[in-house]
Amino acid sequence: MSGSKKVQLHLNVNNEDMHVLVESSKTLLEVLREDLTLTGTKHGCELGECGACTVLKDGKPVLSCLLLALECEDAQIETIEGLADKDQLHPLQLAFAQHGGLQCGYCTPGMLMTAKALLENEARPTRAQIREALSGNLCRCTGYQQVIESVEEAAITIEETENSAAGVKS
Amino acid sequence: MMRLPPFRYIAPTSVSEAAKILKEEGPCAMLVAGGTDLLANMKRGQQTPEILISLSNIKSLHDVSNSSGLTLGAGLTLGSLLENDSIRDSHTGLWQAAGVVATPLLRNTATIGGNICLDTRCSYYNQNEDWRKAINNCLKKDGDTCWVATTSKTCRAVSSTDTAPALISLGARVRLVSADAERIVEMKDLYQDDGANYLQRHSNEVLTEVILEPLVGWRSTYWKLRRRGSFDFPILSVAAAVQTDGGGTIEDARIVLGAVSSLPLLSTEATEFLVGKKLDDDVIEETGHIMAKLAKPRGNTDLTPIWRKKMVPSFVNHALRELRGDDVRELRKRIAHQARG
Repeated sequence: MSGSKKVQLHLNVNNEDMHVLVESSKTLLEVLREDLTLTGTKHGCELGECGACTVLKDGKPVLSCLLLALECEDAQIETIEGLADKDQLHPLQLAFAQHGGLQCGYCTPGMLMTAKALLENEARPTRAQIREALSGNLCRCTGYQQVIESVEEAAITIEETENSAAGVKS
Repeated sequence: MMRLPPFRYIAPTSVSEAAKILKEEGPCAMLVAGGTDLLANMKRGQQTPEILISLSNIKSLHDVSNSSGLTLGAGLTLGSLLENDSIRDSHTGLWQAAGVVATPLLRNTATIGGNICLDTRCSYYNQNEDWRKAINNCLKKDGDTCWVATTSKTCRAVSSTDTAPALISLGARVRLVSADAERIVEMKDLYQDDGANYLQRHSNEVLTEVILEPLVGWRSTYWKLRRRGSFDFPILSVAAAVQTDGGGTIEDARIVLGAVSSLPLLSTEATEFLVGKKLDDDVIEETGHIMAKLAKPRGNTDLTPIWRKKMVPSFVNHALRELRGDDVRELRKRIAHQARG
C-alpha cells in the first residue's frame, strides 16, 4: 500500500457526512471496513465475482471491491449498518430471518442492499425480476429459494405499511 | 484483503486534459472508466499501470444523443443504457448485449467504452501471479509462449466483449481523441487478430463516443452462450442485424461472432449470401454453416472448443429466426435469463 498518496475524501455514509484521509489505491470496501470500521460490508472474492461487498452508491447497488474510494467523492453511500431504523429492523431483515433467507449470513449484507435497491424501484417485483436483480449475489447455503421468498414477503410488508400509513385499506 | 498495487490517481474534467496527461505520461498511464475489469486485473497483477487517469469526472462522456442516429458517451454505464427504452427499440441487439454483461451490480459501474476496450481473456492469463509464474508466464504478458497454441507467434487470448459484436453488427463507429488529433474508426476495424495487442486504438487515444447512424428497416439481436445465466463472459456470441424491404427480402446484413477468436468476427461471406434472399429455413441453416467455418474457438475458455464450435449454427439459427419474427421468447429467457427483452 505504500507509495500511494493520501487524499482527503468526503462521503455521506448512511446519512452521516464523513471526511476521511485515504490512500488513492484504496477501494471503497477497504475504506468502509478499515478507515470507517463499518465491517458489516463483507469482503468475499474481491474480484467482482460474488456480490458480498454490495453497497448502494447514490441509490444503486454497486460492488465496493471494484470501486476506487476516490470515485465516490460526495456520493451517498448506504451500507448494511444503515438499513435498520435504530432498533427497528428493516422489513427485508425481518423477512430474511423469518423465511430462512440466510444460513451462514456472509452474503446477507450484500443481498439485503441489492434487494433494498430493487424494492425502491419496483414495489412489487415479479419472481423473475427478483432473480435477475439478485443474480450478482452468490449464496452457497440457502439455494436461493428462501432468499426470493424473503424479498417477496418484504415487498408485501412494505406495501402494507405504506398503505396503512396513508390510511388506505389494502 | 486483496490489495491494489500502488498507483497515482488523476481525475481530469475534460477529454482534452485527459488526452494531454496520456501523452505526457506515456505507456505507464492507463485510462480507467468503470474499472470493473481493470481493477480486478490490477489486483491479480495482470495490468500494472503506474498512473490511473480516471474518466469518471468528464461529464461529456456520459451524454446520450439520439437527434440523428444515436451517439453514446463512452462513460455511459451499461445500467443506464439498459434504462433507455428508445435504445431497446431502435438498437435491440446492443440493448440485449449490454443486458447480459456480467451482473446487474457490475453493470451499474461498468461502461460501454470499457466493454468495447475490455481486455482479452484466457485461462492461462486470468490467473494470479504465482499461477502465471509457475507456467513461466505467457505471450500475453511477460512470457514467450502461447500456452493454448504453442506454435503460435501471436497471443490467442479471447475477445470477450459482449457489446462489440452487437455494435459491429449495427455498423457503429467510435471517436478516438488524442492530444494532437482526432479520428473516427469503424468498430469492425477497431480490433486486430492478436490477443496481446487487440485494439487498433493508439495508447495516447481516448475513446470518447460511439456513433450509430439512423437505422431504417434494420432489426438486430444478440445471443450469448455461457455456462451460468449471470456473471460469465461469453464463450460464443452471435450478433445479427438485417435490413429488409417491405416484403422481407434482405437488402443488407451483418452477422458477427464474439468470443471464438481474439477479435469479433464479421462475416462478409454471410452478408453476400444473405443479400437478395428471404430468411427461410434453408437460408438460415446455410448461414449457420457459413458462420461456423469462421469460428476458431480454442481450449482457453470455459467449456470445450468442439462444443462451442458446434453451437455456432444453433445460435445463428436462434438469432435469424428471431429476426424473421419467430416467437423465441421462451428460448431467449432460458438461454439469456433476462426478465425483460
